[in-house]
Amino acid sequence: MSTDNRMLTMAEALREAMGIAMDERPEVFILGEDIGIYGGAFGVTGDLYHRFSPERVIDTPISELGIVGAAVGAALSGMRPIVEIQFSDFTAQAMDQIANQAAKIHFMLGGALHVPLVLRTPQGSGTGAAAQHSQNLETWFANVPGLKVVVPSNPADAKGLLLSAIDDPNPVIFLEHKLLYKIPGRDPVPEGAIRIPLGVSQVVREGKDLTLVATGIMVNKSFEVCEKLAAEGISVTLIDPRTISPLDMNPIFESVEKTGRLLVVQEGPSHGGFINEVIARVSESSSFGSLIAPIKRLAGMNIPIPYAPQLEKAAVPQIEDIEIAARDLVKSWR
Amino acid sequence: MGHPLSSPEHARHALLYMYRIRKFEEAVEDLFGRGMMHGTMHLSIGQEAGPTGMCLALKLEDQITSTHRGHGHCIAKGADLTRMMAELLGKEIGYCGGRGGSMHIADAETGNLGANGVVGGGIPIAVGAALASKLQKKGTVAVSFFGDGAMNEGAFHEAANLAAIWKLPVILFCENNKYGMSSSTETAFAIDRLADRGLGYGIPGVTVDGNDVVAVYEACETAVARARNGEGPTLIETVTYRWKGHSRSDKNLYRTKEEIEEWKHLDPIPNFISKVLAAGILSQEDIDATAKMAQDQIIEAVNNAAQAKSAVPDGLLEAVFKAVSA
Repeated sequence: MSTDNRMLTMAEALREAMGIAMDERPEVFILGEDIGIYGGAFGVTGDLYHRFSPERVIDTPISELGIVGAAVGAALSGMRPIVEIQFSDFTAQAMDQIANQAAKIHFMLGGALHVPLVLRTPQGSGTGAAAQHSQNLETWFANVPGLKVVVPSNPADAKGLLLSAIDDPNPVIFLEHKLLYKIPGRDPVPEGAIRIPLGVSQVVREGKDLTLVATGIMVNKSFEVCEKLAAEGISVTLIDPRTISPLDMNPIFESVEKTGRLLVVQEGPSHGGFINEVIARVSESSSFGSLIAPIKRLAGMNIPIPYAPQLEKAAVPQIEDIEIAARDLVKSWR
Repeated sequence: MGHPLSSPEHARHALLYMYRIRKFEEAVEDLFGRGMMHGTMHLSIGQEAGPTGMCLALKLEDQITSTHRGHGHCIAKGADLTRMMAELLGKEIGYCGGRGGSMHIADAETGNLGANGVVGGGIPIAVGAALASKLQKKGTVAVSFFGDGAMNEGAFHEAANLAAIWKLPVILFCENNKYGMSSSTETAFAIDRLADRGLGYGIPGVTVDGNDVVAVYEACETAVARARNGEGPTLIETVTYRWKGHSRSDKNLYRTKEEIEEWKHLDPIPNFISKVLAAGILSQEDIDATAKMAQDQIIEAVNNAAQAKSAVPDGLLEAVFKAVSA
């Protein structure tokens, strides 16, 4: 398609996906705080309120538990709600409805009912908003059976994954990094209702020296590292799981068998982090025997995100950290 | 259905459902006592008039959310007794295939969106069901049953406010049974009439005798009509009493035997029987036959459930998510 060279920001891509889904299905609606006339705190819903109606883009009071609960009830009753929670940190207010209700209803009720709900929420650090507006909570959600957890790293994936999330009959937590909203991706965003299935990891680029697994914004940082190292003659396979629960490990196993080296990167704190699960699964698999170097992980420090820019940067992996770790793994272990 | 005193059929229905709830709960208590039932249980003996009166005012397609003490709501909305009992006994034919147990029975066919193990957990869900009804112009009403304890949860407040501002067809049905586990309403509230909280959300709040199925029905009929007319939610407080302990572990240290006995004199079943006899709607023979019918139905449910196949762990991993259709 000739229009397939459009460069959109992630916010634009997400808005396009929601608009397509709302055109396709009358049961899709959005609810959240300041998503109507305001267009969303990060501008994601934008003009959808005007394109559709106040009944389909519903501005709510500041009431996270109530909003998510109402979405669960609506999802049980034939609707497909998309909830926007203004900051992922505020999902803590709604956690009963997310973890005890939405996640468990299908299983706990013996399959009698299901919850086709998407909860979109911005996460991550780098905005100077400090500890209660900057967390990366992907690991929280991935630890609750019954939730699907999507962490898009670029606009094209965000659009295709969100369309699949809206189609999915289960609750999907869709975690968007704030720093990615306003920037275009490396690749164009296809027109139309192009869906990307949940639960399929993507090999972003292929190399022979190192397997690098990263999520969300860390994919972008890692990509820059890959390019830099390529100039030094080090070639890296970069894998973006995109859906961290359920997790597609196959491309990771296959790559580790080729490269023999594994570096795993996440923004959230290391303790109990999602990347530890990746490491554990590699350790339990036959690909473990292919390793020629110890597995290396880079994650956020085990601290609340601090305010001052130099402190905030120190709290989560930066491009230089990934670069040093990657180069060291390849150069020190041959 | 309709008003419990409007015809012999309606009166019999109201009586049958109250007896069913009573006898179901007695059977559960017995099965627990004999070590045949697993887990825990929350009995609603003494509270039968509330769910019965409320559900008499509903249609099949209307929806409910229920609580940890939810057997009565489930039965009143029309659930199958065998499948309920089978769930409590951990059987494959149970409503949840043994995955949920007493606190998680749901029945899509009767609009029962599920009991809930979290106090207040079902209230926002009922509000969401009412939102769906309004968006889809279905004309259905959603009812959230909850106890006095749930009225101090944030979920109640957030849900009540959303229901009020969006004028949703929902009924917030508080069963004030005097205790949230061991906390009395006197210690947990600084108001006497819990329905007064409706005022804070701009919705009607009515208090009725929760042991009088006629009074409950009449309050519910008004609230349902209001909801169907697009006038928004109503908070109904039914004042009742839990005869049995909170759960298996309860030693009743927080209340007196005398108090329990006093409330047993306000038993909702004889209360209703005296009304139907006085009105000449049913004879004593009718009443006895209805009681026996309920008893037989419960015995049959227990027998069927006991003979059913036990749930097996096969397929548990596949049961977490609903399969994505291609």
